[in-house]
Amino acid sequence: MSTAELDPTLEPTVGDQIVHGMEHEEEDHRMFGFIVFLLSESVIFLSFFVGYIVYKTSVADWLPAGVEGLEVREPFINTVVLVSSSFVIYFAERFLHKENLWGFRAFWLLTMAMGSFFLYGQAVEWMGLPFGFTSGVFGGAFYLLTGLHGLHVLAGVLLQGIMLGRSFIPNNYQGGEYGVAATSLFWHFVDVIWIMLFILIYVWQ
Amino acid sequence: MSNASLEVAPQNLQPQPGAPDNWRRFFSFSTDHKVIGIQYIVTAFIFFLFGGLLAMVMRGELITPDADLVDRTVYNGLFTMHGTIMLFMWTFPMLNGLANYLVPLMIGARDMAFPRLNAAAFWLVPVFGVILTLSFFIPGGPSQSGWWAYPPVSLQNPTGNLINGQSLWLLAVALSGVSSIMGAVNIVTTIFRMRAPGMGWFKMPAFCWTVLSAQLIQLVGLPALTAGAVMLLLDLTVGTSFFEPSRGGDPILYQHFFWFYSHPAVYVIILPIFGIFSEIFPVYARKPLFGYRVVAVSSLIITGLSLIVWVHHMFASGTPGWMRMLFMITTMAISVPTGIKVFAWVATVWGGKLRLTSAMLFGLGGLSTFLFAGITGIMLASAPFDIHVNNTYFVVGHFHYVINGAVVLGFYAAIYHWFPKMTGRMLYEGLGKLHFFLTFVGINLIFLPMHPLGLLGMPRRVASYDPEFAFWNVIASLGGFLLGVSTLPFILNVLSSWTQGEKAGDNPWRAIGLEWLVSSPPPHENFDEIPVVVSPPYGYGSDEPLIENNAKELASEYS
Repeated sequence: MSTAELDPTLEPTVGDQIVHGMEHEEEDHRMFGFIVFLLSESVIFLSFFVGYIVYKTSVADWLPAGVEGLEVREPFINTVVLVSSSFVIYFAERFLHKENLWGFRAFWLLTMAMGSFFLYGQAVEWMGLPFGFTSGVFGGAFYLLTGLHGLHVLAGVLLQGIMLGRSFIPNNYQGGEYGVAATSLFWHFVDVIWIMLFILIYVWQ
Repeated sequence: MSNASLEVAPQNLQPQPGAPDNWRRFFSFSTDHKVIGIQYIVTAFIFFLFGGLLAMVMRGELITPDADLVDRTVYNGLFTMHGTIMLFMWTFPMLNGLANYLVPLMIGARDMAFPRLNAAAFWLVPVFGVILTLSFFIPGGPSQSGWWAYPPVSLQNPTGNLINGQSLWLLAVALSGVSSIMGAVNIVTTIFRMRAPGMGWFKMPAFCWTVLSAQLIQLVGLPALTAGAVMLLLDLTVGTSFFEPSRGGDPILYQHFFWFYSHPAVYVIILPIFGIFSEIFPVYARKPLFGYRVVAVSSLIITGLSLIVWVHHMFASGTPGWMRMLFMITTMAISVPTGIKVFAWVATVWGGKLRLTSAMLFGLGGLSTFLFAGITGIMLASAPFDIHVNNTYFVVGHFHYVINGAVVLGFYAAIYHWFPKMTGRMLYEGLGKLHFFLTFVGINLIFLPMHPLGLLGMPRRVASYDPEFAFWNVIASLGGFLLGVSTLPFILNVLSSWTQGEKAGDNPWRAIGLEWLVSSPPPHENFDEIPVVVSPPYGYGSDEPLIENNAKELASEYS
């Protein structure tokens, strides 16, 4: 009790008598809060998608001069890798629930590798394109959508790196962990967004 | 709380971090929802005064027909910053402050769901406030494109600098959006997951219903504005052409993005005010809120409808006829749930034993100005009329009756009502009533003349006007200065009462609600023992207790 008096900003800690059994209340709500956040986040993408559809159906000179269309083969390989990584991360989580830490780490690392491969493929595609983001509305929309999604993939890979590092703290991940579950959910979210994006940009040309 | 600590040191329960003598905590990264609530409210009020000052300079300019007080470009900057500050720096933070302070107390929680996220969301407010203010001091001055920032006007960059008024404006609005989303996630999670045992949805106070409805709008609507703002920022800085018509872009799309959020934003602002009215009228009329369930559910109906009315801001933007008709109908439909609420408040007050305290006066004043704004709102919803008065002072008068009328009066009502709970001290009633009459007269004096001005055809956002409009403009300007003066008794009242006002006690208004069961100011973590709610709110005139005293036994029953 004395510590809480001294420092007003001190967080209540486990075992502190001032805490009325609320130690884990915050943790119970984190997943709910994260899902609420993701729903809101999805509206940003939805807005861009709607904007893309409006532009695609109304702008007169849609593709920049000299551009015939987008190459689909490499992006399709990328898509397959990213979508499969959603299954890989699911198995990683299953291993964690069975308290098989090395199994978790192996599959988790594989997910990170697949995410990184996607980012690499995206970068290679960007370098080879004959147009930039100032090439009309199409150029801007293409780089905006793939760039924003790429940032989300990057954030996902970084989060996965943090969660992998935390798995080496002893007794940290017994019986599952919020951070792992949230990262995994985020990864599925990024995946679903990519599928929609792929259909909009590459399939519907 | 173990019994041992209660017995050993009961005096330690009060001088905890929530104690009134420790003013330093208001300048710290505190995670206590009550401290954050007051931080929000005070910060917002400072920006309210700043935004009001800008408005008074504008009224000073408009007191004569010629543009003689300030330069035209300065005038453009003034109305842009006035609108931006009043919305993003005053109403949103003020609402977040009230929601932060009141929602956990009203639902019987010890804090918000995510205290640190809460503090981070607050500390973004001074950051983007400073960014916005700084834009006055850079070459070219602040943004001049109005608070809508419509392209292609907002894409003009005469100085050629990367850091210009418009890009700082966009940065500030983006940070405000981040802060609002953080707040919305927190509040929605808190209301969904942390209600006291026994508090089903229809035992929750109407204020919490309205806050929940408003924050759901933030979650769905705000990302659209973010999307539009990102594209505008890219156009402005790196040379994309999303909204640049000369290079194939579509400026109307920006208007859709903008109003998809910014019209519902009006309901983000007004819904909690509806909640405040619903809390205050029963207390001072000593009657239960009329039609509580309908009032509660109508908030969610407003949330749903508010997302499909935005094009009524774009009747004059080359919008096709079928779209005008569609959005005219939805806009008129939204007045139904709103009208239900007004009806319920009038029925609550009707035949009650009224106590005309400052809070009640502000509440009734806010209700009457809202009614007036609602009537002009229905006029504006009609596309032919709207096109006739498009971009005139009629529109300005209408929305200031909502925002400076209903919203600001509602805020004041909330402060007069809950100030004793927040500080443990009463405000002086005499100064409060003086404040009310100055404010109410000021509001009507400045905004009523804008309606005839608009009907006569005076366009908004111009520094000079035809001398035939002078009469109404002089009256409006005098009202504006009166409105500025009206804040002085309020500031005096708050400062003196906070330090040496009469002690309030736990429940000075004899109100029913969980927040009135704890001490004033409430202790850290609010409740020693989480109450178990057994009856709906607003049980005025009934013998039913609000909470079950035998909390522990019942808690196991409910779980």
